[in-house]
Amino acid sequence: MDSAQLARGSFFILPLFLLGLMVIPGSRLVKVVLSIIAAFVITWLLATSLNAGVFTYVASFSTMAMIYAILSLGLNSQWGMSGHVNFGIAAFFSIGAFTSALVTTTMPEGVLASYSAQAFGLGMPYLVGILVAGIVSAILGWLVAIPVLRLRADFLAIATLGIAEIIRLIFQNERWLANGPQPLRGIPQPWLCLVKQPNCSWEPQWLVDWLSPLGARDYSFVNFLIVAVLLAVIYLLLERISNSPWGRMQRAIRDEEQSAAMSGKAVTYFRIQSFVIGSFIMGVGGAIYASYMVAIDYSHFLPLYATFIIWVMLMLGGSGNNKGAILGAFVIWFVWTGTETMIDWLAPALRLISDDLPSRGAYLRWMLVAVMLGAIVLFRPQGILKERKRVSDFMPRAKAGK
Amino acid sequence: MTTDNSTIATGDEPPAQERVSREGATGNSRWPLYIAIIAIFVLFWVFGAINGKSTTTMLNLTVEGIMLGGILALGSVGLTLVYGVLKFSNFAHGDMMTIGAFVAFALMQVLPGYEAIGSFSFGWGLLLAMILAAPVVAALSLGVDFALFRPLRRRGASVVLLTMASLAAMFFLRSIIYLIWGADYHFYYQGRANPAMQLPFGITIQADKLFILVLALLMVGLVWVLLERTRMGKAMRATANNPDLAQVRGINTERVIQWTWIIAGSLAALGGVMYGLASQVRPEMGFVLLLPLFAGTILGGIGSPVGAFIGAMIIGVAFQLSSAFIDPTYGPGVAFMLMILVLIVRPMGLFTMGGD
Repeated sequence: MDSAQLARGSFFILPLFLLGLMVIPGSRLVKVVLSIIAAFVITWLLATSLNAGVFTYVASFSTMAMIYAILSLGLNSQWGMSGHVNFGIAAFFSIGAFTSALVTTTMPEGVLASYSAQAFGLGMPYLVGILVAGIVSAILGWLVAIPVLRLRADFLAIATLGIAEIIRLIFQNERWLANGPQPLRGIPQPWLCLVKQPNCSWEPQWLVDWLSPLGARDYSFVNFLIVAVLLAVIYLLLERISNSPWGRMQRAIRDEEQSAAMSGKAVTYFRIQSFVIGSFIMGVGGAIYASYMVAIDYSHFLPLYATFIIWVMLMLGGSGNNKGAILGAFVIWFVWTGTETMIDWLAPALRLISDDLPSRGAYLRWMLVAVMLGAIVLFRPQGILKERKRVSDFMPRAKAGK
Repeated sequence: MTTDNSTIATGDEPPAQERVSREGATGNSRWPLYIAIIAIFVLFWVFGAINGKSTTTMLNLTVEGIMLGGILALGSVGLTLVYGVLKFSNFAHGDMMTIGAFVAFALMQVLPGYEAIGSFSFGWGLLLAMILAAPVVAALSLGVDFALFRPLRRRGASVVLLTMASLAAMFFLRSIIYLIWGADYHFYYQGRANPAMQLPFGITIQADKLFILVLALLMVGLVWVLLERTRMGKAMRATANNPDLAQVRGINTERVIQWTWIIAGSLAALGGVMYGLASQVRPEMGFVLLLPLFAGTILGGIGSPVGAFIGAMIIGVAFQLSSAFIDPTYGPGVAFMLMILVLIVRPMGLFTMGGD
């Protein structure tokens, strides 16, 4: 048994355990026990059956899917819970990414300063970067929400899309802010010292020994663990608030705004609240993305890749269902990245149609996404996982099911 | 019900979750908005002057803006018709324009008439290709409607679902373009000189762009005549106003919707070809135009073709004039700001009086 593979696998145990808690039904005890068993068994299977390259790919694929899941959760708290049609995800995503990049990097010095410009570089730790990114994004959300949220659904979509484009133009043109059209490089990766010399100062000796077979290129596993934990925290928080009286009220406002207003709810105020919460989460997603990518620039935040694909994820997974948001992110990201392999298989068939078609095969994934979105809209608008209509967690399911 | 006869009113009952109309807050008068828009243009001129731009430059930018407005108008008139009759924002409209441009590009390769006519840079071949591309795009949009929008319509789907469906259509059209033509840029006439003509007041303008403007005016005029002077136009306005009532009165609303798609698709094809002529043919061209199209449509008042034309002009001019004093890459940003402003201040636009 390869010790490097086991060390890599150890990063999978906690995420798989958390996943188990999420999907395994039954009482709490059954859940915990089954999840622990499943986590260890699956980890062992992965570590023994996959080679290092594929294993790294799985980790890095899942990390990106989880980042999308965070964005999709953010959208869910806006669209799923409160019915805001936000087509400006890219705005909050990019603000979060660039804010955390500016907060966590240090100002370029020496030769670097002559070709890399940024407004400031505070060199703060990762978590501070995430928090500041979320807060700045939430402030933007608040500023946007006040004038725009009163618009009807599709006008809101157009207006937010316009705002996202304006923000992208700013990041594209203002060189002093975040290196303009050039990528902003060198965004620090948290806990890189786990797999790279010198070791982290806080790291106990047994951990140093355990991780010693790993090198810097195994960093994807560390990042995978961090993002998984962050995703779990966000998921739990969102589940809490959407099952709370506050979440119930949001759904009431979404479904029956006038009735909610008549019950004495300050509708406008609460609508702004849910928009701001979603913006915060999207900002956090952006911050995580920035350190995952190490270098970011404006072109990462085009509407196609930073807004519309997240909408497809949420629509597919199930609007209003946090589990659905995560599931949708994984499915669409799998389709998106998996198409490459599919194209290779299909290449001979495509060549029959036209000689240069295989080289454009990558665009088939747009068609696939289009067909999937069309099929959801036509045949299952509620998504794979339906929204759970529950009045209270303490009420039996049968009664609340209607 | 409306001040402008050629308006298709968007007289839909607001759904429960829709926000209360802001009409009460802003009043029914459109004058403040007119004045605001004129003031914005005056401001742009002043900013340009401060930045040391001569009057001739500003005049030229304005003329350029009007020409850009012509291209936008061809798109936004169709967009506004679709909105008026079908009641949703069609995000696939930009890509319908792209398809039109590419179909014409493909047809041009097999059609004769490559030589330039007069001082234009294009030949008969392009005009013929454009005219042939129009029915292709119209048929395509009918197909999309049949497969996607019609089932949703029958089910009485929400605006958001229809909008999502149009996103799906957008992805689908884009993937077709990429699969057939790839991601490369194309030119209708590779390397052909397109000299500018000299007009009074130091205005220089390419003949092609004048053609675009004339075409846009002609098309808007045609749509106006169609809406005002034909039975189908009357049926369209009735369907836009109240589909149920129109059906009761013996109007085949499905046929009306088909005609709406035919007109919108044909105009989109023309707009796409003209945009391709003025710049280049590339897969993302329509999406770049999409937000300015929405901006023009909203500014003009959704459902009003004449409004869409004027809205497109305003957006085009604002786009170009702003380049006198800020980085030209911010041009779209200025147009979007204008659009968001109008959405917030007067979501019913310049040329409709809102719900009736």
